[in-house]
Amino acid sequence: MTAQIQQVVTGKQWSEQRKPAAPYLQVNKLWKHYGNFAALKEISLEINEGEFVCFLGPSGCGKTTLLRAIAGLDPQSRGEIFQGGNNISRLPPEQRDFGIVFQSYALFPNLTVADNIAYGLHSQNMSRQRIDMKVRDLLDTIGLPDVAKKYPSQLSGGQQQRIALARALATEPGLLLLDEPLSALDARVRLHLRQEIRNLQRQLGITTIMVTHDQEEALSMADRIVVMNHGVIEQVGTPEEVYRRPINAFVANFVGTMNLLPTKAASNHQVRLGDRVICCLTYKAKEMDSTWLAFRPEVAQLISAGDDKSTLQGDTRQLESFAGTVIHSEFLGNFLRVEVAMQNSDLSIKVDVGTQHANLQCCTPGQNVEVCVPSSDLQVYERYAGSSATNPALIASAGAVS
Amino acid sequence: MKLVNQIKLVALGLTGSMVLAASVAQAQTELKVYTALETEQLKPYAKAFNEQYPDIKIKWVRDSTGIVTAKLLAEKNNPQADVVWGLAATSLLVLKEQNMLQPYAPKGIEMLSPKFRDADANPSWVGMDAWMGALCFNTIEAKKHGLPKPTSWEDLTKPVYKGHVIMPNPASSGTGFLDVSSWLQMFGEDKGWGYMDRLHNNIARYTHSGSKPCKLAAAGETAIGISFAYKGANLKKKGAPLDLVFPQEGLGWDMEAAAIVKGTDKMDAAKKLMDFAITKQANEMYNKSFAVVGYPGVAKPIPHYPADAEALMIDNNFEWAASKRKEILSTWQARYDGKSDPK
Amino acid sequence: MISVWNRNVNPADTVRLSKDDYIQRGVILIAVAFLFFTLLMPLSSMLVKSLQNADGDFVGLVNFATYFSNPVLFESVANSLQIALTSTFIVITLAFLFAYGLTRTCMPGKKTLRALTLLPLFAPSLLPGISLIYLLGNQGIFKGVLFGETIYGPIGIVIGMCFWVFPHVLMIMVTALSNSDARLYEAARVMKASPVRTFFTVTLPSAKYGLISASFVAFTLVITDFGVPKVIGGEFNVLATDIYKQVVGQQNFQMGAVVSVVLLLPAVFSFIADRLVQKKQVAMLSARAVPFVPSPHKMKDRLFFGICCLVVSAILLVIGMAVYASFITFWPYNTALTLNNYNFEEVGASWDFYFNSLEMAAWVAVIGTAVVFFNAYLVEKGRAFEPVRNLLHLMAMIPMAVPGMVLGLSYIFFFNQPGNPLNFIYATMAILVLNSVVHFYTVCHLTSVTALKQIDSEFEAVSSSLKVPFYATFWKVTLPVSLPAVLEISVYLFVNAMTTVSAVVFLYSSDTMLASISVMNMDEAGNTASAAAMAVLILVTCLAVKGTHWLLSQKLLTVTQGWRNR
Repeated sequence: MTAQIQQVVTGKQWSEQRKPAAPYLQVNKLWKHYGNFAALKEISLEINEGEFVCFLGPSGCGKTTLLRAIAGLDPQSRGEIFQGGNNISRLPPEQRDFGIVFQSYALFPNLTVADNIAYGLHSQNMSRQRIDMKVRDLLDTIGLPDVAKKYPSQLSGGQQQRIALARALATEPGLLLLDEPLSALDARVRLHLRQEIRNLQRQLGITTIMVTHDQEEALSMADRIVVMNHGVIEQVGTPEEVYRRPINAFVANFVGTMNLLPTKAASNHQVRLGDRVICCLTYKAKEMDSTWLAFRPEVAQLISAGDDKSTLQGDTRQLESFAGTVIHSEFLGNFLRVEVAMQNSDLSIKVDVGTQHANLQCCTPGQNVEVCVPSSDLQVYERYAGSSATNPALIASAGAVS
Repeated sequence: MKLVNQIKLVALGLTGSMVLAASVAQAQTELKVYTALETEQLKPYAKAFNEQYPDIKIKWVRDSTGIVTAKLLAEKNNPQADVVWGLAATSLLVLKEQNMLQPYAPKGIEMLSPKFRDADANPSWVGMDAWMGALCFNTIEAKKHGLPKPTSWEDLTKPVYKGHVIMPNPASSGTGFLDVSSWLQMFGEDKGWGYMDRLHNNIARYTHSGSKPCKLAAAGETAIGISFAYKGANLKKKGAPLDLVFPQEGLGWDMEAAAIVKGTDKMDAAKKLMDFAITKQANEMYNKSFAVVGYPGVAKPIPHYPADAEALMIDNNFEWAASKRKEILSTWQARYDGKSDPK
Repeated sequence: MISVWNRNVNPADTVRLSKDDYIQRGVILIAVAFLFFTLLMPLSSMLVKSLQNADGDFVGLVNFATYFSNPVLFESVANSLQIALTSTFIVITLAFLFAYGLTRTCMPGKKTLRALTLLPLFAPSLLPGISLIYLLGNQGIFKGVLFGETIYGPIGIVIGMCFWVFPHVLMIMVTALSNSDARLYEAARVMKASPVRTFFTVTLPSAKYGLISASFVAFTLVITDFGVPKVIGGEFNVLATDIYKQVVGQQNFQMGAVVSVVLLLPAVFSFIADRLVQKKQVAMLSARAVPFVPSPHKMKDRLFFGICCLVVSAILLVIGMAVYASFITFWPYNTALTLNNYNFEEVGASWDFYFNSLEMAAWVAVIGTAVVFFNAYLVEKGRAFEPVRNLLHLMAMIPMAVPGMVLGLSYIFFFNQPGNPLNFIYATMAILVLNSVVHFYTVCHLTSVTALKQIDSEFEAVSSSLKVPFYATFWKVTLPVSLPAVLEISVYLFVNAMTTVSAVVFLYSSDTMLASISVMNMDEAGNTASAAAMAVLILVTCLAVKGTHWLLSQKLLTVTQGWRNR
């Protein structure tokens, strides 16, 4: 979560730059059909120069389709794309200006690292010396100065992906497209490379779009996140915005973990959970009937049933509490994720309990507990019959695909 | 440059063929001659012709009788050959029936035996020589199996020869056909088929080619091969344990003949070749392999051939054979083709 | 996502086309046109011919009625089926045992045994026929084995077919049996299943699709082969020899076309069935399977070593006999050794035929490899014209189902039509090359596609992002990476062009007489020893080429393919 704080800063920096410049990349009412199936439904999006944008969503949401449409590899059925003020919608990929990195690295196995990086330079009528120099510079930039003569198969996955990055950057494109570049790597390398790509991008100031299904990756790297589902954009915003103020239940559940309790709207600041009326400060009644009551596991606190609530942090008068029984707890390093079955209901709630301070006694299965959530942290979303957001299990499974 | 290479790669498949074809077609007076002559005869024949006509080059297309005939018929709508020189007369008659031959009376045609030419005033074909049927009898195998030497066609139907006789399939072999057509002509149609019914009981198998039965007899694969005399004489010369038998009822025979293929654009050269094909000199050349030739008085006896070869030859009615060919073959096939289905 | 992109109709029409696109579309159209004119048009002219009378008038199904009402001709269908089923059964049994020995036992000499079974691939199918004459003919060495039965007929055909088809079937069987998952055997052991039960519940089911596929391949090869029945079939007529008899012996092209259509049916049927089965097999294989490693078992190992040695000895015996026979002066009366049989001019043949064959095989290897591989590349890696590329792939599968003789006959009908502008290639080397390339197209196409599928599908996207044209990437990356497959294809084409009879038997001319055809002709004329000599010559040449390929790929791979496995 430390990365998040960083994001807030860069997000602000970006919004300051934004005002004078026209968007570098503009996607206008883009549709993509495969037969009768619409993979993209009227997507519109603006990306500014130098911005790092992540397309985030479950598999099949259309994020890769959108990326490939921007690249021209898989042209849209309808709609327009502008890059640097030019309409590129009808251009074949060769005539567009981008570099691309794939999950599979796609390095040419029979060419050395240097030849791979220089691959696009030869068609630019560059002198051999300049090419060599450029290749050396790029290798230095990615921190692999000694591998020029090696073949891709002699390098580790992480090294190969850096070479692929260098190759994409060699021709100095205006736009860098990353299609799940980290998904094939193991966890440790992935974390490391995340940082490196971000640094390199900031250093070069190149406009970058990265496709990922890993919300943590998106949160930690992007200036802005575009959350997609079923071919539409659910929300566009800084990582903080997306995490703190998800626009709907889907985003709420896909980005981070969210408890979703089905409720009925009551009045301003109030929803009904079963017979109970729950106070929710952020909620303003709209013309809707079914709602979700939502809160993050980390905002809830856990006490043994009957314990004194005054020991809790925050304004205890503004707390909503839910009684239940611990059914299972998961040790996740610096916190425990405790699952609590709610009394008189088949619903359950997830609560994150810090392992350092909390009374871990109450976290053992079978304990009767109370889950306390500050009213200010409770959020309410619309609940549509039949929409996927009405089925938390489905969202969860979609989000879990990696 | 690279682009050009890529395209070449694909185009090679199509254009490669043109390059190949171009090297074949040369601008020269060249006659394409279809023939079923033996390979070793081709060079001397062409040489003899070129001594008189050095400006015409012969390009041989050689195969066995059935195949050359098949080729000519296949190419009916788009003839490739200019001249046929050395093909069975029965085959040429089939071609004539299909209106594929160009009638032409070569110089000196009047010198030829009447048997050796198309009866039309403007003959469609002219004969060269005759080859006749014969039995190849392996003496060693015969002794092993206790087989007496047959002397007549009728002998071959005796039970003792069961499974020891091989003959060519008339449907594919010219020799096979001349045997069948001669039996039908000698014995009459009913008796002829009756004879073949009996013979069929003794036949081990029918071969595709006419010379093979004799080869098989020479190699001991069978004791008796119904074949033709020239092959038998040849093998005997090479030391095969063979006796040649000429059945006393008479011998079927066919003629090697020559003709111009209709539609040739080299008519002059074709005519010159036809003129040459009936000269005395050419007939002397034929006589090296064949005992009976078209030019009267030329033939000299050749080793291992009976002296009275011509006398044994039946009075073969080629027109009848050619016109009945299809009918005979389909009857024959229905009766005998496929050893497992004897009717 | 990527696969979705590839499989669906590309609305690229809305996108401006680059030079790359135009070139790609151009070559795809050329590729389609190539197969259209060399495969579809000839086949359809054959179909048309089967519905015409001798004068070229349309007569409907009269020819077919004639055919089916002729008991002798019709009997060939029964004969062909009988031979095909019997041979398939025998060869599948033998190949299964052999493959089992290779994959499931610890018998010694596996590599050598396996290599020796490949020998029949390098000989024309006429060779086993010729060899069997010497082994089991009326003057044969082992004549007694047949107890008075004749080798000329179904027995000879079946033995010859088994010899010739065995390596094809064995390859599929070995693959099928090596595919099975060791974890299943461990599970069976844990559950205390007896070896017999394990065999029927694990081994057999996992090899099921391989068995079925191999059966179809064997069936098709047997029913369409011409060489074996031609030499040793005697009076036993089969469909393949019937076509030859109808066309060459009787000059009856319509009936030849009819028999061709009849022969096409079982081949097409078995081809489609095989395709369906193979699709299922792919779905069944799990990527996580652990390869089975056999453990030593004295009895079992010895038993299978014995069986395999027996099979290999039979193969060596057949080949050895042909070699020996080619040096015999006059079988059986004079068994002194001589080189005279290799003096082909003596029997009206010529060494020129051999050189013709070499020339043709070289052309087929070069042109065929280039055309097939590049077309496969377009199918697999192209980005335009999705439906056209699918069509190209479909067309590339057809030649597998078309027997060589049928294709050859179709070529006569098509290329010798008056007014066909391609008529000029009739009776040239070019038509032989073209016919052979098309005849062996499918296997090469599939090999290419498999090799290309192993290459990262994003190479084309990367190179277009780097503004490198697709053909440059093809030349610099795709081709070098696929070099082993390319070499494999060219050798396959060379060997098949050297050995084939059926594909070219109607198409050669006197200038382009081929070694394999002359084997048939010499045998037909009774010059069996010379036929054996020429067949041995073909075998030796093919082995030499394969050996060179092996050495070359060892050397070449270490030099040019340094990037592999380091």
